[in-house]
Amino acid sequence: MIEKFNIAALYPELLLLVMTIVIAMVDLFVKSPRRTVTYVLSLLTMGVVAVLQAHDASSGATVYSFGNMVVSDPMGNWLKCFSTLAVFVTLVYGRPYAADRDMLKHGGELFTLGLFALLGMYVMISGNNFLVLYLGVELLALSSYALVALRRDNATATEAAMKYFVLGALGSGFLLYGMSMLYGATGSLDISTVFKAVATGQINHKVLVLGLVFVVCGLGFKFGVAPFHMWVPDVYQGAPTVVTLMIGGAHKLAAFAMTMRLLVEGLMPLAIDWQQMLMVLSVASLLIGNLAGIAQTNMKRMVAFSTISQMGFVLIGLYSGVANGNTAAAANAYSSAMFYVITYVLTTLAVFGIIMLLAREGFESEEIADFAGLNQRSPLYAGVMALCMFSLAGVPPMVGFAGKLSVLQALVASDQPGAIALATYAVMMSLLAAFYYLRVVKVMYFDSPLTASTVSAGKDVRMVLLINSGLLLVLGLLPGGLMTLCARAIVTTLGT
Amino acid sequence: MGLLSLAIWTPIFFGVILLALGRDEHAKVVRWIALIGSIVSLAVTLPLYSGFDVTTSALQFVENSMWIERFNVFYHLGVDGLSLWFVLLTAFITVIVVIAGWEVITERVNQYMGAFLILSGLMIGVFSAVDGMLFYVFFEATLIPMYLIIGIWGGPNKIYAAFKFFLYTLLGSLLMLVALIYLYTQSGGSFDLATWYKLPLPAHAQTLLFFAFFAAFAVKVPMWPVHTWLPDVHVEAPTGGSAVLAAIMLKLGAYGFLRFSLPIAPDAAREFAWVMIALSIVAVVYVGLVAMVQEDMKKLVAYSSVAHMGFVSLGFFIFNDIGVSGALVQMIAHGFVSAAMFLSIGVLYDRMHSREIASYGGVVNTMPKFAAFALLFAMANCGLPGTAGFVGEWMVILGAIKYNFWIGFAAASALIFGAAYTLWMVKRVYLGPVANDHVKELTDINSREFFMMALLGVAVLVMGVYPKPFTDVMDVSVAELLKHVALSKLPQ
Repeated sequence: MIEKFNIAALYPELLLLVMTIVIAMVDLFVKSPRRTVTYVLSLLTMGVVAVLQAHDASSGATVYSFGNMVVSDPMGNWLKCFSTLAVFVTLVYGRPYAADRDMLKHGGELFTLGLFALLGMYVMISGNNFLVLYLGVELLALSSYALVALRRDNATATEAAMKYFVLGALGSGFLLYGMSMLYGATGSLDISTVFKAVATGQINHKVLVLGLVFVVCGLGFKFGVAPFHMWVPDVYQGAPTVVTLMIGGAHKLAAFAMTMRLLVEGLMPLAIDWQQMLMVLSVASLLIGNLAGIAQTNMKRMVAFSTISQMGFVLIGLYSGVANGNTAAAANAYSSAMFYVITYVLTTLAVFGIIMLLAREGFESEEIADFAGLNQRSPLYAGVMALCMFSLAGVPPMVGFAGKLSVLQALVASDQPGAIALATYAVMMSLLAAFYYLRVVKVMYFDSPLTASTVSAGKDVRMVLLINSGLLLVLGLLPGGLMTLCARAIVTTLGT
Repeated sequence: MGLLSLAIWTPIFFGVILLALGRDEHAKVVRWIALIGSIVSLAVTLPLYSGFDVTTSALQFVENSMWIERFNVFYHLGVDGLSLWFVLLTAFITVIVVIAGWEVITERVNQYMGAFLILSGLMIGVFSAVDGMLFYVFFEATLIPMYLIIGIWGGPNKIYAAFKFFLYTLLGSLLMLVALIYLYTQSGGSFDLATWYKLPLPAHAQTLLFFAFFAAFAVKVPMWPVHTWLPDVHVEAPTGGSAVLAAIMLKLGAYGFLRFSLPIAPDAAREFAWVMIALSIVAVVYVGLVAMVQEDMKKLVAYSSVAHMGFVSLGFFIFNDIGVSGALVQMIAHGFVSAAMFLSIGVLYDRMHSREIASYGGVVNTMPKFAAFALLFAMANCGLPGTAGFVGEWMVILGAIKYNFWIGFAAASALIFGAAYTLWMVKRVYLGPVANDHVKELTDINSREFFMMALLGVAVLVMGVYPKPFTDVMDVSVAELLKHVALSKLPQ
């Protein structure tokens, strides 16, 4: 196997790695307090890498390299492309915010750590081996811990970093423990080999399921679904908003990909077991996320709980793949989950883009009340935020509706026992969610503003924000293209 | 682009332009663009009527193209005798609403007018969509502009009303969403209504579907006992919002019964017809009584709307053609009359800033022209022969007597309550001596208000005297629908 080094399949990753190191060194010589050179270089790198990934993805080929350690397939390449774009957008929105808070004065760590985190996501997305996946998880996690603590003089940020670190380490521990069990039972770290071994049915089921439980717990931590959601609200609230966006955005794509690799590609024969676990997680997330979301007054905390419940919907998609041992519906289900998670990230980007836009020097627009009367101050940005909220609430014609429709459709089509009941439960929970999303719209449109100051944004921020929010509407009206893209990618991945 | 697409997207196009126009310094331009936009939107719907073939129940002006390939969702539009008039009604009421808000709305005029125009396009979309998912998208999307209209320009308790409106109706429609997805999987991956009409469904599935649709549409109509959101919302909504809500949005629910519940789950519809009839009778009789004791004019008209819509749901579920046609006529008539009633209240409210019946008295002395119109609309509201209100109610009662004498009797006797609460309100508000100094200082309606009232007045009278254009359009489609409902869809 080792002769199949196949470096060509990994050149975007290698390019990203080289460029990140270059940028880290170039940054040493940058004097400007806004780090324009570092910023432009990072964006250029990500732009090029995203194009390369998209190019790889559209070729539709599945290539294994480094002796089956990593795989480059359309699903992975698209997810890598989208997570690159997500980090790109995050940094565009986040730079003015970070500059105003002295986060760029002493160094461009925001950019270099962001790029390293992105590299971690790449490894998570394309790992085809338990240890490689774990390596990716840790690279991402360590970069993120440091990013959360980037404002080291800020008490809430350091507290959040500590919490994130402790609970994140616990989650990684779970994951690693589960992987070691699976390794013990199957004798391999290679996902394809594990799949074949499990499929024989010769392996002790109890050991496998025990390992599986730990793996699912670990994934639960990474997704931030109930009951492993405890870190989510605190970290979202405490971290600098730009980092929150990193965690709430691109991270989810990587978590989704890793779940696909581990559960679907590796442990598909155990679907009946892990699907039940995912269902429990999703039912709990929908309930806790939406009930607790109602009580929040802090915007970032509210979005955190909303994320928990939205991830519940993603899990519904993953839950619907296999019914009665029949995998006919699998492609439909997983591609709907993929569509959901991509569109969710898109919406989250715009939400935090607005939050950061309203935050000025020395003022965090974190409370929901800070949005009061935004419509009078800036009808455009209020409109964008309203679009996001209606999208998250799943009201057509925004893209959030297309996501909910595809996930629920997959659930009902899967013919799982109780599918209709679960679908009804999910929509009733999104009714609860509608309440707190509407409250944001209410504050922006019905309340009078606390300040008369208008909102201004740099050209780059404004342009990206308009494209981003335009996509929410356009993809809601014409979701066909992205859906087909997801479906093709998943079909290829399942086919190998 | 087909005529129906034009009818949907013209107002939305104008609405988006208005939203882009920005702040209130252009208020005058904004008003004129809104008026032109609404008139153009009405004009593009007129060929629908003139080109409509009344001899067929098939869909007309059909447009069909793929929308979301992965789910087989089509951008499939078409009108038949059941929906044609509502397209025109929507466009007409939008013109009236724009005129009604002309001087009254001074803040964020562009958003107000824009919201109404977009809403108008979306509602026309609901009436002309014949793909289940397309229908749902339009149906749900109407909530957004209405929520903003109530919340921004509403009365003191507007936030409560806006939330109640949104969440209450969302509750029902989310259940419908599950039903639509279920039908999609059962029909082998189609959202096409015609396919669903032919799809055999076992009895328990039909029952669940029927009640899922019931949840969506009964809330919207609203039927007793899920009507409680309506009075709260009407009281707080701005005049234009109330008019559109009563005139058209309630019809979305009733129309849904005809498009979804009856043809898709006919066996369940027949089996549970007694429930629907009972709820309708309660709405007609009990809610009529409730209306009588209201002290707030808007609340009174809101309850009267619930009672009138009770006639509509009654007409649908007695399954004879005079009943169903009557219900449809009643829907159109109520569209004119309720809009007129709310606009009359708006005229008074703009001057006195009170909706309490008790703060008025003897308005006829200071506003004679206005009082004449108000009296006409009040008469139409109690169903006086010669006005629009009479035709539909009379047909429904006739149909109900055919179905069961006592049901017809109960419905007919409810007319008395309708007359009682309306006339009593007229007496207290308009007649008698001038009650106080505020009433004394009232000025009569200006030419803008006169024009708006006159348009509605003509509509009410024409429809009352010569309802043939309305019933002609419906006849064939109603007969076809009833034929379909009479057939069992249970798998053999």
